[in-house]
Amino acid sequence: MRWILVGIIAICNTLGDVLNTAGMKRQGEVEDLRPRSLFWMVRRAVVNPYVIAGIAAMAVSFFALLSLLSIANVSFAVPATAASYLLETLLAKYILGEDVRSRRWAAATLVAMGVVLLQF
Amino acid sequence: MNANGNRKTQLLVLIVVISNVIGNVSLSHGMHQVGRIVSASPLDYVKAFANPWTIIGICILAVWMLSDLALLSRADLSFVLPVTASAYVLVALFGKFLLHDHISWERWMGILLITGGVILAEETPSRTTKGPPEHLR
Repeated sequence: MRWILVGIIAICNTLGDVLNTAGMKRQGEVEDLRPRSLFWMVRRAVVNPYVIAGIAAMAVSFFALLSLLSIANVSFAVPATAASYLLETLLAKYILGEDVRSRRWAAATLVAMGVVLLQF
Repeated sequence: MNANGNRKTQLLVLIVVISNVIGNVSLSHGMHQVGRIVSASPLDYVKAFANPWTIIGICILAVWMLSDLALLSRADLSFVLPVTASAYVLVALFGKFLLHDHISWERWMGILLITGGVILAEETPSRTTKGPPEHLR
Protein backbone atom coordinates (compact mmCIF):
# COMPACT_ATOMS: atom_id res chain seq x y z
CA MET A 1 0.00 0.00 0.00
CA ARG A 2 2.78 2.39 0.95
CA TRP A 3 4.62 1.94 -2.34
CA ILE A 4 1.45 2.33 -4.42
CA LEU A 5 0.90 5.66 -2.68
CA VAL A 6 4.53 6.62 -3.31
CA GLY A 7 4.04 5.87 -7.05
CA ILE A 8 0.84 7.91 -7.24
CA ILE A 9 2.58 10.84 -5.51
CA ALA A 10 5.58 10.76 -7.88
CA ILE A 11 3.54 10.61 -11.10
CA CYS A 12 0.95 13.20 -10.06
CA ASN A 13 3.63 15.54 -8.72
CA THR A 14 5.48 15.46 -12.04
CA LEU A 15 2.34 15.96 -14.11
CA GLY A 16 1.16 18.74 -11.82
CA ASP A 17 4.40 20.72 -11.93
CA VAL A 18 4.84 20.43 -15.71
CA LEU A 19 1.21 21.40 -16.41
CA ASN A 20 1.32 24.28 -13.92
CA THR A 21 4.53 25.62 -15.44
CA ALA A 22 3.13 25.43 -18.98
CA GLY A 23 -0.08 27.14 -17.83
CA MET A 24 1.61 29.90 -15.84
CA LYS A 25 4.02 30.67 -18.70
CA ARG A 26 0.98 31.00 -20.98
CA GLN A 27 -0.71 33.53 -18.77
CA GLY A 28 2.35 35.72 -18.29
CA GLU A 29 4.66 36.77 -15.45
CA VAL A 30 3.31 37.81 -12.08
CA GLU A 31 4.93 41.21 -11.62
CA ASP A 32 4.52 41.73 -7.87
CA LEU A 33 2.90 40.23 -4.79
CA ARG A 34 0.22 42.82 -4.09
CA PRO A 35 -3.17 41.24 -3.31
CA ARG A 36 -4.50 42.80 -6.54
CA SER A 37 -1.90 41.07 -8.71
CA LEU A 38 -2.42 37.78 -6.92
CA PHE A 39 -6.19 38.15 -7.37
CA TRP A 40 -5.71 38.60 -11.13
CA MET A 41 -3.33 35.67 -11.24
CA VAL A 42 -5.91 33.42 -9.55
CA ARG A 43 -8.71 34.75 -11.76
CA ARG A 44 -6.82 33.86 -14.90
CA ALA A 45 -5.51 30.59 -13.47
CA VAL A 46 -8.97 29.21 -12.63
CA VAL A 47 -9.95 29.33 -16.32
CA ASN A 48 -6.56 28.18 -17.58
CA PRO A 49 -6.96 24.53 -18.72
CA TYR A 50 -3.29 23.68 -18.04
CA VAL A 51 -3.41 25.04 -14.51
CA ILE A 52 -6.77 23.33 -13.81
CA ALA A 53 -5.31 20.00 -14.92
CA GLY A 54 -2.08 20.69 -13.02
CA ILE A 55 -3.89 21.48 -9.78
CA ALA A 56 -6.13 18.42 -10.21
CA ALA A 57 -2.98 16.27 -10.47
CA MET A 58 -1.52 17.98 -7.38
CA ALA A 59 -4.77 17.41 -5.48
CA VAL A 60 -4.57 13.67 -6.17
CA SER A 61 -0.93 13.73 -5.08
CA PHE A 62 -1.91 15.67 -1.94
CA PHE A 63 -4.58 13.17 -0.85
CA ALA A 64 -2.20 10.30 -1.53
CA LEU A 65 0.34 12.15 0.65
CA LEU A 66 -2.23 12.62 3.44
CA SER A 67 -2.89 8.87 3.43
CA LEU A 68 0.80 8.10 3.38
CA LEU A 69 1.54 10.49 6.25
CA SER A 70 -1.16 8.84 8.36
CA ILE A 71 0.44 5.37 8.05
CA ALA A 72 4.11 6.24 7.67
CA ASN A 73 6.70 8.74 8.75
CA VAL A 74 7.07 11.94 6.73
CA SER A 75 10.40 10.61 5.43
CA PHE A 76 8.59 7.78 3.66
CA ALA A 77 7.13 10.26 1.15
CA VAL A 78 10.63 11.28 0.17
CA PRO A 79 11.55 8.63 -2.47
CA ALA A 80 8.49 9.71 -4.49
CA THR A 81 9.89 13.20 -4.77
CA ALA A 82 13.41 11.97 -5.46
CA ALA A 83 12.21 10.20 -8.61
CA SER A 84 10.15 13.16 -9.77
CA TYR A 85 13.17 15.52 -9.68
CA LEU A 86 14.88 13.77 -12.56
CA LEU A 87 11.67 13.08 -14.46
CA GLU A 88 10.57 16.70 -14.15
CA THR A 89 13.94 18.04 -15.28
CA LEU A 90 13.71 15.80 -18.35
CA LEU A 91 10.21 17.02 -19.16
CA ALA A 92 11.23 20.64 -18.48
CA LYS A 93 13.87 20.29 -21.18
CA TYR A 94 11.93 18.39 -23.82
CA ILE A 95 8.34 19.53 -23.27
CA LEU A 96 8.74 23.00 -21.78
CA GLY A 97 11.80 23.82 -23.91
CA GLU A 98 13.96 25.05 -21.03
CA ASP A 99 17.70 25.40 -21.45
CA VAL A 100 18.82 22.57 -19.18
CA ARG A 101 22.60 22.26 -19.26
CA SER A 102 25.12 20.36 -17.15
CA ARG A 103 24.77 22.67 -14.14
CA ARG A 104 21.03 22.08 -13.85
CA TRP A 105 21.35 18.36 -14.49
CA ALA A 106 23.98 18.22 -11.78
CA ALA A 107 21.72 20.23 -9.46
CA ALA A 108 18.72 17.93 -10.05
CA THR A 109 20.88 14.81 -9.61
CA LEU A 110 22.46 16.07 -6.37
CA VAL A 111 19.03 16.95 -4.99
CA ALA A 112 17.55 13.56 -5.97
CA MET A 113 20.48 11.72 -4.38
CA GLY A 114 20.33 13.92 -1.30
CA VAL A 115 16.61 13.32 -0.94
CA VAL A 116 17.20 9.54 -1.00
CA LEU A 117 19.95 9.81 1.63
CA LEU A 118 17.64 11.81 3.88
CA GLN A 119 15.59 8.64 4.43
CA PHE A 120 18.28 7.06 6.57
CA MET B 1 15.90 39.68 -16.35
CA ASN B 2 16.98 42.88 -14.55
CA ALA B 3 18.26 43.00 -10.96
CA ASN B 4 14.90 44.09 -9.59
CA GLY B 5 13.13 41.24 -11.39
CA ASN B 6 15.69 38.81 -10.01
CA ARG B 7 15.09 40.07 -6.49
CA LYS B 8 11.36 39.45 -6.89
CA THR B 9 12.05 35.94 -8.10
CA GLN B 10 14.31 35.35 -5.10
CA LEU B 11 11.70 36.72 -2.69
CA LEU B 12 9.19 34.31 -4.21
CA VAL B 13 11.63 31.41 -3.77
CA LEU B 14 11.94 32.35 -0.10
CA ILE B 15 8.15 32.46 0.40
CA VAL B 16 7.71 29.14 -1.42
CA VAL B 17 10.37 27.42 0.70
CA ILE B 18 9.23 28.77 4.08
CA SER B 19 5.52 28.11 3.47
CA ASN B 20 6.39 24.61 2.26
CA VAL B 21 8.35 23.83 5.43
CA ILE B 22 5.88 25.27 7.95
CA GLY B 23 2.86 23.89 6.05
CA ASN B 24 4.21 20.35 5.84
CA VAL B 25 5.47 20.25 9.42
CA SER B 26 2.06 21.36 10.80
CA LEU B 27 0.19 19.02 8.49
CA SER B 28 2.37 16.08 9.45
CA HIS B 29 1.90 16.89 13.13
CA GLY B 30 -1.88 17.10 12.66
CA MET B 31 -2.12 13.85 10.70
CA HIS B 32 -0.19 11.99 13.37
CA GLN B 33 -2.66 13.25 15.96
CA VAL B 34 -5.60 12.16 13.79
CA GLY B 35 -4.28 8.64 13.26
CA ARG B 36 -4.29 6.35 10.25
CA ILE B 37 -6.54 6.91 7.26
CA VAL B 38 -6.26 4.95 4.07
CA SER B 39 -9.69 5.40 2.66
CA ALA B 40 -11.56 6.23 -0.50
CA SER B 41 -14.27 7.89 1.55
CA PRO B 42 -14.00 11.69 1.56
CA LEU B 43 -15.70 11.67 4.97
CA ASP B 44 -12.60 10.23 6.62
CA TYR B 45 -10.55 13.09 5.23
CA VAL B 46 -13.13 15.63 6.41
CA LYS B 47 -12.64 14.29 9.95
CA ALA B 48 -8.92 15.01 9.67
CA PHE B 49 -9.75 18.65 8.93
CA ALA B 50 -11.21 19.04 12.42
CA ASN B 51 -7.67 19.03 13.81
CA PRO B 52 -6.24 22.57 14.27
CA TRP B 53 -2.73 21.57 13.12
CA THR B 54 -4.20 20.09 9.95
CA ILE B 55 -6.18 23.28 9.31
CA ILE B 56 -3.14 25.51 9.87
CA GLY B 57 -1.04 23.23 7.67
CA ILE B 58 -3.56 23.33 4.83
CA CYS B 59 -3.91 27.14 5.01
CA ILE B 60 -0.15 27.58 4.83
CA LEU B 61 0.07 25.06 1.97
CA ALA B 62 -2.51 27.21 0.13
CA VAL B 63 -0.05 30.12 0.43
CA TRP B 64 2.65 27.76 -0.86
CA MET B 65 0.48 26.80 -3.86
CA LEU B 66 -0.17 30.45 -4.83
CA SER B 67 3.43 31.55 -4.40
CA ASP B 68 4.62 28.47 -6.32
CA LEU B 69 2.32 29.35 -9.24
CA ALA B 70 3.56 32.96 -9.18
CA LEU B 71 7.15 31.70 -9.14
CA LEU B 72 6.52 29.31 -12.05
CA SER B 73 5.11 32.22 -14.07
CA ARG B 74 8.53 33.89 -13.78
CA ALA B 75 11.11 31.12 -13.63
CA ASP B 76 11.99 27.78 -15.28
CA LEU B 77 10.70 24.58 -13.68
CA SER B 78 14.23 23.16 -13.92
CA PHE B 79 15.42 26.17 -11.86
CA VAL B 80 12.56 26.19 -9.34
CA LEU B 81 12.81 22.47 -8.52
CA PRO B 82 16.40 22.27 -7.24
CA VAL B 83 16.31 25.73 -5.65
CA THR B 84 13.15 25.04 -3.62
CA ALA B 85 14.65 21.71 -2.50
CA SER B 86 16.30 23.78 0.23
CA ALA B 87 13.02 23.06 2.06
CA TYR B 88 14.36 19.55 2.82
CA VAL B 89 17.44 20.99 4.43
CA LEU B 90 15.29 23.29 6.57
CA VAL B 91 12.97 20.43 7.62
CA ALA B 92 15.95 18.32 8.67
CA LEU B 93 17.59 21.16 10.61
CA PHE B 94 14.21 22.05 12.14
CA GLY B 95 13.91 18.45 13.39
CA LYS B 96 17.46 18.52 14.71
CA PHE B 97 17.35 21.81 16.60
CA LEU B 98 13.72 22.06 17.68
CA LEU B 99 12.62 18.44 18.03
CA HIS B 100 16.11 17.11 18.89
CA ASP B 101 15.91 14.43 16.18
CA HIS B 102 19.03 12.38 15.67
CA ILE B 103 20.64 13.07 12.28
CA SER B 104 22.68 10.12 11.01
CA TRP B 105 25.77 10.66 8.84
CA GLU B 106 23.75 9.51 5.79
CA ARG B 107 21.25 12.28 6.44
CA TRP B 108 24.04 14.82 6.89
CA MET B 109 25.39 13.66 3.50
CA GLY B 110 21.92 14.14 2.04
CA ILE B 111 21.70 17.64 3.49
CA LEU B 112 25.12 18.43 2.00
CA LEU B 113 24.23 17.10 -1.47
CA ILE B 114 20.94 19.02 -1.56
CA THR B 115 22.69 22.20 -0.47
CA GLY B 116 25.19 21.66 -3.29
CA GLY B 117 22.32 21.21 -5.77
CA VAL B 118 20.62 24.39 -4.54
CA ILE B 119 23.84 26.39 -4.97
CA LEU B 120 24.49 24.99 -8.47
CA ALA B 121 20.96 25.80 -9.65
CA GLU B 122 21.08 29.27 -8.07
CA GLU B 123 24.01 30.06 -10.37
CA THR B 124 21.96 29.46 -13.53
CA PRO B 125 19.68 32.16 -14.97
CA SER B 126 16.21 31.76 -13.45
CA ARG B 127 14.48 31.93 -16.81
CA THR B 128 15.69 30.65 -20.19
CA THR B 129 12.46 30.69 -22.19
CA LYS B 130 10.62 33.56 -23.83
CA GLY B 131 6.89 33.09 -23.47
CA PRO B 132 5.27 29.66 -23.40
CA PRO B 133 6.66 26.77 -25.49
CA GLU B 134 5.60 26.92 -29.17
CA HIS B 135 3.46 23.76 -29.13
CA LEU B 136 1.66 24.77 -25.92
CA ARG B 137 0.64 28.25 -27.00
